[in-house]
Amino acid sequence: MKTTSAHIVVAGGGVAGMEAAGTLAEMGYRVTMIEKDDEPGGHLLQWHALFPDRRPADEVRNYLRKHIEQRNLSIITGTTVEKIRHHGSGVLVSLSGGTEEKADAVIVATGFDLFDARRKEEYGYGIYDNVITSAELEGMFNRGRVAKADGSVPARIGLIHCVGSRDEKVNNNHCSKVCCVTAVKQAIEIRKMLPSCEVFCFYMDMRMYGPYYEELYRESQEFHNVNFIRGKVSEASVNINNRLVIKVEDTLAGRPLKMELDIMVLMVGMEMAGAGMKLAESSGMKRGINRFLETADHHYGNNLSGIKGIFYAGTCTAPMNITDTISHARAAVAETVRYLNSR
Amino acid sequence: MKPEGKKRIWAEYQKEIPDDHFFYVRSCIRQTFFAGSEQYFLKILRDDLGKDVFEDPRHTTCTGIGYHGDVVPFETIQAVVARHFALATEAGYRHIAISCVTSFGIYSEILETWKHFPETLERTREDLYKATGRTFEVPETISHTSDIIYKFRDQIARKAKYNLVDINTGKPLKVVEHIGCHYSKMFPKYGVGGAEFPHVLVGMVEAWGGDIIDYPERRHCCGFGFRQYLVQANRGYSLFASRKKFESMEPYRPDMIIANCPGCTMFMDRWQYTIREIDGITYGADGQGIPVLTYEEVAGLILGYNPWELGLQYHNVQSLPLLRRMGIKADPSERFLAKDGSRLPEPANLING
Repeated sequence: MKTTSAHIVVAGGGVAGMEAAGTLAEMGYRVTMIEKDDEPGGHLLQWHALFPDRRPADEVRNYLRKHIEQRNLSIITGTTVEKIRHHGSGVLVSLSGGTEEKADAVIVATGFDLFDARRKEEYGYGIYDNVITSAELEGMFNRGRVAKADGSVPARIGLIHCVGSRDEKVNNNHCSKVCCVTAVKQAIEIRKMLPSCEVFCFYMDMRMYGPYYEELYRESQEFHNVNFIRGKVSEASVNINNRLVIKVEDTLAGRPLKMELDIMVLMVGMEMAGAGMKLAESSGMKRGINRFLETADHHYGNNLSGIKGIFYAGTCTAPMNITDTISHARAAVAETVRYLNSR
Repeated sequence: MKPEGKKRIWAEYQKEIPDDHFFYVRSCIRQTFFAGSEQYFLKILRDDLGKDVFEDPRHTTCTGIGYHGDVVPFETIQAVVARHFALATEAGYRHIAISCVTSFGIYSEILETWKHFPETLERTREDLYKATGRTFEVPETISHTSDIIYKFRDQIARKAKYNLVDINTGKPLKVVEHIGCHYSKMFPKYGVGGAEFPHVLVGMVEAWGGDIIDYPERRHCCGFGFRQYLVQANRGYSLFASRKKFESMEPYRPDMIIANCPGCTMFMDRWQYTIREIDGITYGADGQGIPVLTYEEVAGLILGYNPWELGLQYHNVQSLPLLRRMGIKADPSERFLAKDGSRLPEPANLING
């Protein structure tokens, strides 16, 4: 029997959390969404445009904002979920600040953290003036101006793929999935904004797995003259003119390459969110070797925690794009409803 | 450049460097190439800083050159290093002070191997006992001797007679630091400041008044790599590696290079001579070469020791322009006088003359 009086806590107010909370509320459930920042939206708040069609990120943000504007959905911001434990037939959710929420089920949607680029010391992020992350470049797009630290216009920009992904040295063997296509999208945006600026992408493989990604990759080469070099950057430094100097092995040409850049953009990958890791630790939720939450089954239990009343949505389980995150959140809702109806 | 970014990395790579009671292990080549460096390390530690440094004449080479030349197996070099630890144990010392960066890399590699594969430690104990009847304790710490000078850099600065400052302009001298690859590139945690932005020499130079140059080929190997110089046909590779560094640092007009590895110091000095002989090129200001000094030599100059006692004259690139900038009065005609006053043979075609 459908139990619309049930109360569900959604831990996390990013894309997955907003989609799950909004969908549950639409179905008539009482929902409380807990967001650690002052405003829901997660990483999407920083983004200017989305791949593969470069639609404004605002369109998706507005959809999600509208989705959570429901009377039976309350939002608590500036708060984290500290612990989930069983209480009678439901769960008790402890929040930072000492308050608690009683619920019938919890959807964990704590998302991801961007890889801290300072850990790749050889790239000099936080040391050299013009080494930035893909998220910071997105901020420049938002402000309508891509510029060097001294305000001047760059003549050559390099985008470095797989920063913090597929890298044993930083204990991240996983692929973050979205960085390749993000780099292609950002390369096109730079070329459109600064037609005289050369753009180079340094990649290991181009993993263009999603619909229209391959087309975007082709477009970047055919119509925007983005250069792709297969090889990882081994180190960055600056010369006497404060211009970045990078060393790369061009694995297709089979020789080392040294190049000067005005801006180096690090395509930072996804890691399990720190807040999610703490919650997993306190609540007995298992994590995989990639440190993301381990689901009950990779194929048919991908929203199940294996713990009664706790479900997973979005990138707390693995890197994924917005499309997949929304689908995953809806699947988490379906699993939660099935659980509530079967009690 | 954001200095706070480097400081953050330096803070992450701090190692334990003991305050006193060192068991000293020498380098095979340093006493030949930089005659005063090891002597002045001991003198500075013992006389200027009042530290206890113990040497055992039965200490031998670590066999690192043979190990990296593929003629000494890993099991053998572990037993040789274990013997050094046995000598330290017998003398009651638990802190090893290692003069050579190659040896330091080997000690680091062996300690890490023993940590991750404890059966190799047990086998080494067995090998050493069967061969020599000795037993040993794994040391509490290993320090490269540049770590130790780094630790006491401020104490040395407080006793300074000279600074790394140009007395004519009042400006800090521009110094290139070069770290031996085996100091921290293999095991960043064993090096002060890690592998990408090592602090060990930067800390000394800044404490003594100089400015560090961060140039594009800062991290590049000097070319000493054993396979390059042991195989004569490969020496062009070694020369090219150093040349690449010189060309990269040249626009900054450095006053000196400070290095912490025997091979690097030697090759970056000797190859400047070779390049000038072949192509007539020098890389310092006003057609001069760039003096390449060990950290003990620099510490010795700061403390006011006689440059010719420190052995600076035995470098191909002479330090006379540097000494003038620092305000150190040293008579060039006394460079090659023996202790008894007799005149030693003078090398031909020295750079900076």
